Amino acid sequence: MTAPIDYSSLQDLADAATERGCPIWRVVLDQQTQELELPEETVRARLRHRLDVMRASIARGIADASPSASGLSGGDAAMMDAAMKEGRLLGGSLQAAALRNAMAVNETNARMGRIVAAPTAGAAGILPALLFAVADQEGWSDERLVEGLLTASGIGLVIAKRACLSGAEGGCQAECGSAAAMAAGAVAELAGASPEATVHAAALALKNLLGLVCDPVAGLVEVPCVKRNAMGAVHGLAAADLALAGILSRIPPDEVVDAMMSIGRQMSPDLRETARGGLAATPTGRAFKGKAPEIR
Amino acid sequence: MNVFDLIGPVMIGPSSSHTAGAVRIGRVLFDLLGGPPCSVLFELHQSFARTGPGHGTPQALMAGLLGMRPDDERIPRSLEMARGLGIDYEFRDVDLKDAHPNSVRISAVSADSSCRTLQGSSIGGGVIRVTSIDDLAVDFSGEFPTLVLLHQDRVGMIAEVTRVLAESRVNIANMRVYRSYRSGLVATLIETDQPASDAAVAALRAISGLERLAVLDVERED
Repeated sequence: MTAPIDYSSLQDLADAATERGCPIWRVVLDQQTQELELPEETVRARLRHRLDVMRASIARGIADASPSASGLSGGDAAMMDAAMKEGRLLGGSLQAAALRNAMAVNETNARMGRIVAAPTAGAAGILPALLFAVADQEGWSDERLVEGLLTASGIGLVIAKRACLSGAEGGCQAECGSAAAMAAGAVAELAGASPEATVHAAALALKNLLGLVCDPVAGLVEVPCVKRNAMGAVHGLAAADLALAGILSRIPPDEVVDAMMSIGRQMSPDLRETARGGLAATPTGRAFKGKAPEIR
Repeated sequence: MNVFDLIGPVMIGPSSSHTAGAVRIGRVLFDLLGGPPCSVLFELHQSFARTGPGHGTPQALMAGLLGMRPDDERIPRSLEMARGLGIDYEFRDVDLKDAHPNSVRISAVSADSSCRTLQGSSIGGGVIRVTSIDDLAVDFSGEFPTLVLLHQDRVGMIAEVTRVLAESRVNIANMRVYRSYRSGLVATLIETDQPASDAAVAALRAISGLERLAVLDVERED
């Protein structure tokens, strides 16, 4: 018998699953039904509801090309959808769908539409984008996607405990980096990766987003957030593919998470959601600042 | 934190702190007023004042005061709705001493002319912290199922409240009683392991001397 699951380590989570001969999502589901004192079906039903909201936020983002209140975002998901259907893109339909879906969610978010924070609103596009893009290709059912959400939340819970998930604390690496790690682990495990390979998929995604700063133009969750979500989803896909090929992160997953936190601590506050540095402080970024909406 | 915190909340964008958290702060005061206000003053502090309008913070605060939850699609239209209901409202930029950057003080007058003031902060991920109710300094987050009771200062009050909870099989995790000699008002905050059932809430509301009861329960938002 291993120690109880307390989400202090990705390796422990993988080991617990390996020992039981089950996927990580099963370990997370069993632990959560116990902790929340809820039947398994209730946990699944509530996650199915969240999946439905995610799907609707993608559909709405693609269908609605209108600009946000600030005018800083809107219409990119629709452009991506058109280009994808016309076959004008290089990266294949899976990558195109991931890019489109992510921008759709974040444009919906910027328009004050309904989304699921995963783990945050600013990084809400990455996980649903990748899950639904791969599900369309692989024919995964919603029940399987619920299991993907459980894998993702197991990974996210460890990152929350060992490090952090907010841009104000850790920069964008904590938001989009964590979301990409969660998405990579989720699709890798659904595609048949072992528990060990699943946490390495997460580590590989997070590793390559280490150091990413949070520098929102005018302090709004739009520029560069919408496109960073798109890139983050593709990042998650690439990391899942590396892990599915059997490639491991040379730095163990837990140490990657610890590195993220330590980089966050070293990051200037100007680069942690205060809109004082990076893209927000460029001449163009500053010019947008004066155009932030007023109360009506 | 649990799976529903990681994959959630379901919310109206764009910001968990500036939008979802702001709705939750407004909603606490809605419950404490027992309904929407007739007039309301929102005093926005630091980040709530600076980037709030771009994040829909004013609409979110008003939505909460109209009784909405963070996933309500009417949130973007809440100010129009408030005007339609004849609610007088004003937003001001202020400096609230020693407050978290995402803070607001809301002073509202309800239909029965009672005044109520609440100060709260949105501390990240939609999690809030209420720091004062009227002139009482309080501190609760609403991360756990929480009952906020405003009641008269009298012998046996707390015993009746805890009896109702015990009979409803609701276990108390934390409980604090805040008193102000000036107003004679008592605020009792009870965090519970299980959410109080509708029947338990109705039984609490029936206790004599109870003025207002607000129920904070993130789980109820689903």
